[in-house]
Amino acid sequence: MKLKQISIFLENKEGRLKKAINILSQSHINIRALSIADTSEFGILRLIVHDSEKAQKKLEEKKFVVKVNEVIAVEVPDQPGGLDSILEILYDSKINVEYLYAFVEKNEDKAIVVIKTENIDDGINALENKNIRLMSSEDVNLI
Amino acid sequence: MIWNQEAECMPLKEKEELQLNLLKKVVERAYENVPYYKNLFDNLKLKPDDIKSLKDIEKLPFTTKSDLRDAYPFGMFAVPEEEIIEVHTSSGTTGKPTVSGYTLKDLKIWGEVMGRALTMAGAGKKDKIQNCYGYGLFTGGLGVHYGTQAIGATVIPISAGNTQRQIEIMEDFKTSIITCTPSYALYLAEVLEKNGVDIKNLNLKAGVFGAEMWTEEMRKTIEKRLNISALNIYGLTEIIGPGVAQECEEKNGLHIFEDHFYPEIIDPNTKETLGEGERGELVLTTLTRDGMPILRFRTKDITSLRKEKCGCGRTIVRMERITGRTDDMLKIRGVIVFPSQIERALLKIEGLEPQYQIIVTRPGHLDELEVQVEASSNLFSDEVKHVEEVKKKIESRIHNEIGLRVNVTLVEPESLPRSEGKAIRVLDKRDFS
Repeated sequence: MKLKQISIFLENKEGRLKKAINILSQSHINIRALSIADTSEFGILRLIVHDSEKAQKKLEEKKFVVKVNEVIAVEVPDQPGGLDSILEILYDSKINVEYLYAFVEKNEDKAIVVIKTENIDDGINALENKNIRLMSSEDVNLI
Repeated sequence: MIWNQEAECMPLKEKEELQLNLLKKVVERAYENVPYYKNLFDNLKLKPDDIKSLKDIEKLPFTTKSDLRDAYPFGMFAVPEEEIIEVHTSSGTTGKPTVSGYTLKDLKIWGEVMGRALTMAGAGKKDKIQNCYGYGLFTGGLGVHYGTQAIGATVIPISAGNTQRQIEIMEDFKTSIITCTPSYALYLAEVLEKNGVDIKNLNLKAGVFGAEMWTEEMRKTIEKRLNISALNIYGLTEIIGPGVAQECEEKNGLHIFEDHFYPEIIDPNTKETLGEGERGELVLTTLTRDGMPILRFRTKDITSLRKEKCGCGRTIVRMERITGRTDDMLKIRGVIVFPSQIERALLKIEGLEPQYQIIVTRPGHLDELEVQVEASSNLFSDEVKHVEEVKKKIESRIHNEIGLRVNVTLVEPESLPRSEGKAIRVLDKRDFS
């Protein structure tokens, strides 16, 4: 129950973010969710897209450094407490969260939280044991 | 394979007799025909007769690049201009370039020493040599060209640039030997890999790389990525061009063709002549050139000499790989640093593309060293902490090598300049005025 995420290295130079996004839009790739981690020296742009393979290929053609890795996607009700209950499960199982970000689904009253835990499989196990439904890429695309 | 058995395997005594003979002749030639040398000798009350032994060479003054610049363009010629049938220049990046002039006989000598060099790298009649050194005033292109013709191999005079075409030719013509700068060899490897070419399908067996400094680690990288034997060639425009010395398959020093070029090592500060095995500045004297004899030229290259016979059978003296120049040397916060040390550190890190640039600044009162390194997917991660770990690892390796803390900046792939000639690795932005 893993989702593919692409990460893109961005040098702290003018226009790099715009260039990366532009390449994706030119290739008709839709971005479902996005997050940027920035440091004083570089940034990492993380994206959930429809077609990670195509996105990676197009970006690498233009000399971007790209990595594809797997993350967990959890559906939570779009109301206070949604995220809290998920995090509680993870903390109780002593699972470290590396980062997370969220996006809202259009047709439903739900939010999707994208989580990277230190060990993905441990994270999945902890959540499934508490009957939390994890989203697969099909689930995310269909909504 | 040895091109000139007699010259390259000469017994010591015979060699020294020959050298002394030639030295006496060239000193006389310089004195009689080059006003610069005549004046110099007269001022120092020296005469060609004063050379009675090889050690007497130490009586002679040095010639520096600056002296050659002052003689621009043709002040160092020992023959009437019409007897000079070819000229080359060094890459005058600071001030006027220096000119090298060749008579017909000099060109034959150049072909001979280059023939020896290429043979040492395994070249023979059946080989196709793809020459990516620049053709023109630069001595690289024509040097290899003449050497190839001397041994009867086939030269592909493609010169530098147009990498896609280089690769096409390499595949179609079945190039067996490639000659270019080591940084260009690395770039070729990059492009071949990107194009998905199976290196084992190429006919390449060896490369003769020079015109810039490179490390043992760089050699291993090139050998692995191009599946060839990567050998070092040394030379300089002022002396003849490439062909002063060449590395053999033992890969344990470069053989100097000392029946044509007489080497010495001096302490660059005291100018005292140093002994075998001691590291210092290489000084060269041309023994056989007619057009432009040069006495005791200070090359500014740092190396040491070894006289014992090599495993390849040659008796001619070996110089170690050049790892620094007296003027390449950076002084950062009082510590001497050579760019090759940084290259060495980078190449020890797995997965790192050795594409880098060193930037020296002095933002406040202290020198700062920034090393820009190109990011690659091997080193990248979705997590900031991993990327920072990589950065710290590189910084730590460099620190181990040079004893100084540096700041490493990861930059995007192919954002650092690639060169077909000498790679510019250091940008010194300090204002020393």
